Amino acid sequence: MKPNSSLHLSWLIRMAWRDSRRNRSRLLLFISSIILGIAALVAIYSLGDNMQQEIDNQAAELIGADLEISGNNRPTPKAQNLFASLGDRRSEERSFVSMALFPKTNGVRLVQVRALEGDFPYYGKLETQPATAHKTFRNARAALVDQSLMLQFGVKVGDSIKLGSLSFAIAGTLLKMPGQTGFSTSVSPPVYIPLHYLDQTGLSQKGSRITYRHYFKYDHKVNIEQVVKKLEPQLEAEGLNYDTIQSQKEDTSRAFKDLADFLALVGFIALLLGCVGVASAIHIYVREKVAAIAILRCLGTSALQAILIYLIQIIGIGLLGSLVGALLGSIIQRFLPTVFQDFLPISLTTQISWSAIGQGIALGLIISVLFALSPLISIRKISPLHTLRLSFEHHSLQKDVLKWMVYGLILLFVIGFTYLQLKNWAETFFFTAGLLTSFLILTAIAVILIWMVRRFFPVSWSYLWRQGLANLQRPNNQTTILLVSIGLGTAFICTLFLVQGILLNRVQLSASGNQPNFVLFDIQPKQKEKVEQLTHSFGLPVLQSVPIVNMRLEAVNGVTDAQLLKDTTLDLPRRIFIREYRVTFRDSLISSEKIVGGKWAGTSKSATIPISLEQNFARRNKIKIGDTMTFNVQGALISTIVGSLREVDWNRIQTNFLVVFPKGVLEEAPQFHVLLTRVQSPQASARFQQAMVRQFPNVSIIDLGLVLNILDEILDKIGFVIRFMAGFSIFTGLVVLIASVLISKYQRMQESVLLRTLGASRKQILVITALEYFFLGALAAATGIVLSLAASWALAHYTFETTFTPQLLPIFVVFIVVCCLTVIIGLTNSRSVFIKPPLEVLRQET
Amino acid sequence: MEPILNIRNVSKTYQSGEHTLTVLDNITFSVEHGSTMSIVGPSGSGKTTLLGLCAGLDRASSGTVELENIRLDHLNEDQRAQIRNQYVGFIFQNFQLLPTLTALENVMVPMELRGEKNIKARAMDLLGRVGLAERSHHYPVQLSGGEQQRVSLARAFSNRPRILFADEPTGNLDAETSEKVIELIFEINKQAGTTLVLVTHDLELASKTRRIIRLKGGKLISDENTDVFQASAAGSFRKFN
Repeated sequence: MKPNSSLHLSWLIRMAWRDSRRNRSRLLLFISSIILGIAALVAIYSLGDNMQQEIDNQAAELIGADLEISGNNRPTPKAQNLFASLGDRRSEERSFVSMALFPKTNGVRLVQVRALEGDFPYYGKLETQPATAHKTFRNARAALVDQSLMLQFGVKVGDSIKLGSLSFAIAGTLLKMPGQTGFSTSVSPPVYIPLHYLDQTGLSQKGSRITYRHYFKYDHKVNIEQVVKKLEPQLEAEGLNYDTIQSQKEDTSRAFKDLADFLALVGFIALLLGCVGVASAIHIYVREKVAAIAILRCLGTSALQAILIYLIQIIGIGLLGSLVGALLGSIIQRFLPTVFQDFLPISLTTQISWSAIGQGIALGLIISVLFALSPLISIRKISPLHTLRLSFEHHSLQKDVLKWMVYGLILLFVIGFTYLQLKNWAETFFFTAGLLTSFLILTAIAVILIWMVRRFFPVSWSYLWRQGLANLQRPNNQTTILLVSIGLGTAFICTLFLVQGILLNRVQLSASGNQPNFVLFDIQPKQKEKVEQLTHSFGLPVLQSVPIVNMRLEAVNGVTDAQLLKDTTLDLPRRIFIREYRVTFRDSLISSEKIVGGKWAGTSKSATIPISLEQNFARRNKIKIGDTMTFNVQGALISTIVGSLREVDWNRIQTNFLVVFPKGVLEEAPQFHVLLTRVQSPQASARFQQAMVRQFPNVSIIDLGLVLNILDEILDKIGFVIRFMAGFSIFTGLVVLIASVLISKYQRMQESVLLRTLGASRKQILVITALEYFFLGALAAATGIVLSLAASWALAHYTFETTFTPQLLPIFVVFIVVCCLTVIIGLTNSRSVFIKPPLEVLRQET
Repeated sequence: MEPILNIRNVSKTYQSGEHTLTVLDNITFSVEHGSTMSIVGPSGSGKTTLLGLCAGLDRASSGTVELENIRLDHLNEDQRAQIRNQYVGFIFQNFQLLPTLTALENVMVPMELRGEKNIKARAMDLLGRVGLAERSHHYPVQLSGGEQQRVSLARAFSNRPRILFADEPTGNLDAETSEKVIELIFEINKQAGTTLVLVTHDLELASKTRRIIRLKGGKLISDENTDVFQASAAGSFRKFN
């Protein structure tokens, strides 16, 4: 016999609508758990969309020209000829960090000098105050000075700034420049000067670390990508890099897509958390609907029709939840530019992104249906016999293949979604495994807790405590879902605090005790002794003084970059040839390093020069002991052999190097020196910097105290962004908590009313309820904290390679806050049970 | 007369750990079209289980159940559901109305399931016949027990069933209300020419049917016509109370 196939969707929808009549507010409550997750994702997707649109619109302004060619060496005549053949308009810029002195206040500070010639930028502009300053400074001995720097030293337009041995009149305040982000100029704020005054400053000496940039603008239509493709071999031969509007657009898009994808994952965790809440709520909802489903089955409804009736309810309510989430997300995204502006090189608009809204709604629908499916498919097992009596048959989970298929689908969905964000299978695996492990650990703890309460029930405790504890294992209890949601939320926020602490601690530790806190660099060989003398004259120690030689890698085992490009079978990462190497030479190891492979050679006695590599650098680039490496030092080729591998403690403030040459090779190469010292007070620091700048204007100084403050500020802002996103998880946890409490309220109503009828006072019911939520909150918070401690330890140990000392205060605060919130929400939502008279409650709930 | 229901050698057992619990043991009987029959017996005798098997709500462990010449034991749950919708009406002790549907909607559901059109008028007519036309838009919670059972009665007849199964239809009602509901059941049943099978403790109610079968410990111990039965009623029925 065929099942009745004439039933139309319209009837199923009508039944779903009718059946939901007395439950709509509850269904809304269930689905509210996913609203915040959807809101987070829609907000982030909208941000991503708007960002992409703005990057597309503003890409030309990011680079400021059609083509930029840059290198770290003064262009050869051949390169200059090449430049002359490019573009209709050209600009040149040389940039480097140096010390600036403001004679008005005697203030000194490390700045980024940008010596400019030509009309750059051709797209966008240098925004200045006064507005004309970006033009006038080019034709005079004048400078544009970063706004923050002007404020810090209390100087105004018209005052002067001294760079090296030359003073410049401040023509204007620099408000904005192409491609600038809030943080990029924090350590060394920019100062623009005309290029033709650079030589007079005395800062452009041989060995100085200058970046040479050439900007080209075409006034007629040119396919830049084709132009650079032709130029590539020549540019590579000259050791030059290039950037076009297109490549800049792609780089910027990639960088910020990574950020958006990471934040989307954080939002996704909030959504998953909400879905676990939805699944749990639907599970209870279906259990309460057993009688109605049995009646329908009795009257002739098929299993599929019964499932569809409730699935339609879930789809309807999921759609509504997703719509509300999308609306909320679109509102939230209007505030995101304020949060993110410091990280972005572009100005953001906050247009409504229909694609983000569409994605959010689709995701909300899929995920709410997926998570509701598991309880919904149980409907097919509900026998019409329930109308006569409860069924004798119990279906164990293990035997229900369909349920395991649904779990499989959920897992596949999580993996698929994560992969779409990360585009990396290994990372996807770790994320999913981490998430699954956290869920499993929290679930296991809940199951163990329920078992322990049953097994070791403390019969000697007072009645109220026993009742509160017993509630954790009552039928239809919410212990597991609450432990998972609150625990995961707690773990998340606690890990954020702890990781921020680890990062700051690491920097603070480095800057404490007798560790160096001042780095002097760009010291020319002939200045070395005098700089050391000046340092001693201030009573300051010279903790380290090392020579540094800049070089590029020409070949590894005879393989050059050009060969590598042609032969894709060669197993060598290309980045090894692109970077510039800052190398030192010495005859002994320093305290932060030890030999872990090969033999250290302090001097070069044979024709082949034995060098020492940092072990991780060698491993990453697949270089072994005995391999040969040919370096290019300002045109001179030096053949070396890898003689030893070193383990380096990068956490210590030292001048550590990837490549160390032995003595007797690089002594005559163009080089500069770095000197490390420790200055105790800000006053001594100011005096020392002023003296150093006056006597050695080319020497740059990094004040680690200042860097620490900036890092603190950056971490604070990054922390805020992550906390902002994690907040969605926390709030979702709270919504799940509220929903769970309200759902369980219906179940416990009967018992509480019975207790009231038997003479229990309001206070006693209140204490029992408070104790139950305290047990739940405390255990969930404690589990979450233990998880976060484990995660933070792993991050500290494996990622940051530092020791992990947990900060007890934030952990304690998180614990107390979570416990209190759980108890307050639990009591607030159960208040009708103990405030109103039993009969009134019973009447209301029937 | 052709039987509408044929029960042959039906047994129902439940496995509880290592023990097998036999609830019904080798029951055989048949019910003719248009007849009325009661299943009586003490608590735990298997009355409700037998009703469930007859109505296709459950499957027998052994034996065959034929309803309108269709072997129910050969059908899956969904196919049996369709049989119920086509041929069977139900009245339950605890009414079993869908709490989220109005009285009218409750009555309409079986017809909607059959895909029938213009059903509202028939549902209203049925509600009118049980005296609840004025309460058609009320929810079950807004109705008294007797009213709920009358709605249940209207629903039971809405799909023009060939056979009506009633499980203790007056079990939750007071004497006065019970009497009115019983009158209605028999009156509408007679008008519709439906076969009636009811499970009851109420001897007076049982005696209104033409045939009574008695169960004890899962076994059928007697199957008699009420004219014969009524003669010895006073003695036999005392055993159940």
